[in-house]
Amino acid sequence: MEKFDKVHGVAAPMPLINIDTDMIIPKVHLKTIKRSGLGVVLFDEMRYHQHGGENEDFVLNKPAYRQTEILVAGDNFGCGSSREHAPWAIKDFGIKVVISTSFADIFFNNCFKNGILPIVVEEEHHAILMEDAHKGENARMTVHLEDQQITTSDGVVIEFSVDPHRKHCLLNGLDDIGLTMEKDHHIDKFEDHASQARPWV
Amino acid sequence: MSPKTLYDKIWDAHVAHEADDGTCLLYIDRHLVHEVTSPQAFEGLRMAGRPVRAPEKTIAVPDHNVPTTADRVNGIENPESRIQVEALDKNAKDFGIHYYPVNDVRQGIVHIVGPEQGWTLPGMTVVCGDSHTATHGAFGALAHGIGTSEVEHVLATQTLIQKKSKNMKVEITGKLQPGVTAKDITLAVIGETGTAGGTGYVIEYCGEAIRDLSMEGRMTVCNMAIEGGARAGLIAPDETTYEYVKGRPHAPKGAQWEAALTWWKTLFTDDDAHFDKVITLRGEDIAPVVTWGTSPEDVLPITATVPNPEDFEGGKVDAARRSIEYMGLEAGQKLSDVEIDTVFIGSCTNGRIEDLRAAAEILKGKKVKDGMRAMVVPGSGLVRAQAEEEGLAEIFKDAGFEWRLAGCSMCLAMNPDQLQPGERCAATSNRNFEGRQGRGGRTHLLSPAMAAAAAITGRLTDVRELM
Repeated sequence: MEKFDKVHGVAAPMPLINIDTDMIIPKVHLKTIKRSGLGVVLFDEMRYHQHGGENEDFVLNKPAYRQTEILVAGDNFGCGSSREHAPWAIKDFGIKVVISTSFADIFFNNCFKNGILPIVVEEEHHAILMEDAHKGENARMTVHLEDQQITTSDGVVIEFSVDPHRKHCLLNGLDDIGLTMEKDHHIDKFEDHASQARPWV
Repeated sequence: MSPKTLYDKIWDAHVAHEADDGTCLLYIDRHLVHEVTSPQAFEGLRMAGRPVRAPEKTIAVPDHNVPTTADRVNGIENPESRIQVEALDKNAKDFGIHYYPVNDVRQGIVHIVGPEQGWTLPGMTVVCGDSHTATHGAFGALAHGIGTSEVEHVLATQTLIQKKSKNMKVEITGKLQPGVTAKDITLAVIGETGTAGGTGYVIEYCGEAIRDLSMEGRMTVCNMAIEGGARAGLIAPDETTYEYVKGRPHAPKGAQWEAALTWWKTLFTDDDAHFDKVITLRGEDIAPVVTWGTSPEDVLPITATVPNPEDFEGGKVDAARRSIEYMGLEAGQKLSDVEIDTVFIGSCTNGRIEDLRAAAEILKGKKVKDGMRAMVVPGSGLVRAQAEEEGLAEIFKDAGFEWRLAGCSMCLAMNPDQLQPGERCAATSNRNFEGRQGRGGRTHLLSPAMAAAAAITGRLTDVRELM
C-alpha cells in the first residue's frame, strides 16, 4: 500500500447526512472482479443523469471540485453495506481524506485498508471545515497525519485523533496480512487451545 | 471475577493475541463467503501465493447476483454476474472450501444457509463480506460484516485485527400485540436509536418479547442491528436456540453435542455486568410499522402520517426533505393512503419459513390487487421446498404472487429483479436507500404480514384490519 503522509488539496462539501454505500457506489458497479477503475462511477446516481450526461449541480462536477482530494461530509457517512467498492471508488477518484462527525463502522475500517484517512471531528470543527470546503478550489485544506492536524485555507488548525496502530500502518503503507502473519505462532497456539476447549467448532 | 456481558464472554474466548494498545487478533470460527465481495480477496491470495488457512471453516454460496427465475438452470444470462459466480465456483474448488453451487437445493442467501446447515453455532465468531452477517447473532454468536480486504485477511490468517466495541443493551419488555412481529421490533428500535445510534457498540437484545421469538424472528431482529449502526447484535442462546440447532448437518453430535451444550449454557450476561448504553421499549407499545423515507430510521406506525421535515432538527431537516421528495410523498399524507405497485417478500431479513407462513396466513383465499407485481423469493432452496410441502407456495401462487428460486433478489437488485424509476415497493428487506431496489425505485420496509396486506389492498395497510 502507498504511504500516507500529508494531503494538501481541494476539499469538497457534501453536507447531506447518512450518505450510504448505495449512494457512494450503486450495486450495478459491484459486478467487477477487480478493485480498480471505479472512480468514474463514484456517486454514480447523484453525479450522472439517468440517461447519461453529468449533473452539473453535483458538487464533484463543478469545475472547482473536479480535483477534490478531501471530502467533508455529513454525519454517519458510509452507512449501509460492507462493499469495499465504496472506498475503492473514492480512492480511484483521487480522494484521500474523508471528514465527518461520524462514520459507519465497516466503511471506516475499509478506508484504512485502502490508504484513505477517515477523520472524525466535533460538530463545531465540522462546521468550520464545511464552510472552508464551500470556498472552492482556491481554498486548499491541509491534512497532516503525522501531526494529526487539519489546517484550513485561512490557517485555522484543528487537531484530530486516530488509532495509533492504524496511523502507523497508513504512514508506512503496511499490509495488514503481512503484519498478522508475523504473529502466526499466536494463532497456532490459539488453535491448539481452542481445539481442546471447543472441539465441535 | 468481574461480571461480564455475553459479548465480553465471546470476545474473551476468541482473542488470539492482544497488543499493548488493545488491538487484538480475534480468531474467526466461521467465514461465510459470497460472490460479490470475495473475488478480489481470492485474487490477493493467489498473487501472494497464500492458501486459505482454515478451508474447513470457510463456506461459500452465490446469492447476490443469481437470477431467481426457473431458467437459471440454463446458466446466468448477464455476463458480469455469470463471471462473478463462475469465479466463486473456481475459487471454492481451487482453495478447497465448502460450497453450495447455484443449482444445489441447499443454495440460498448466505445468512439463511449458514444457520440452516448448522454452520452457525452459539458462542462462535462468524464473519462474512456482507453487512447483514449480524443475522447470526441470533444464536449468541458474535457475527459481523467485513470488507473485502478483511475477507482476504480472514482467508489468509483466520483472524481479524479488531478493537473491542462497547456494550449496549436493548431490552424489549412484555408481550407483542397481535399483528406485531420481529420486523416491527427491529425497525422500532432503529426508529428509536437512529441509524448511527449503535455506532461503536455491540447490541445485546433481551427481554420477554425477545425470549418469546422463534429463531427465525431473532434472526430478523439481529439482521438489522447493522441498520442501527451497531457492529453486531446478539441474543443469548436458550432452549429455543438448542432446539433449532440440534440435528442440523454441521451441528455437533453425541458427546460433542453435550460438551457444546455445557459451554453454551454459560453464554449469558452476568448479573450486574456493565452496559455503556441501555434502551428499553415496551413490547405492548410497538405497532406494525413502515418506513416513509430513505433511511431505515425513518420509521412510523402504519397509523401515522408522513412527517413534516421542519419538525426535525439539524441535518435531518434537509435529509427528510430530500427523502420525501425522492419518495414522492407529501407531509401530512396518511401512510395507509400510500399506493404501491410492487411487493417483495424475501431477503436475509425476512426470507425464512416463518416469514412465508406469516404472509401466507394473510393471503389465504385472497388475491393480489389487479395490476400489482408481487413476488416471493424464498431465502434458500430448502425454505422453498418446505414452503411447497406445507402448501404455502400454492397460497402465494393462487393469490397472484410469483414463486421464485432462492437468492438476494430485489433486496439489492443486483440480479434482474429490479424496480423501474418511480415504482413503489412494499418490501420485507432491510434498506430503503435511494436507488436500492433499482434507480429511482421507492421502498417501504415492513414485515411479511404487512407486505401481504399491502399486496391485497394495493396500498400500505394496517395488517390488523385483515386479521
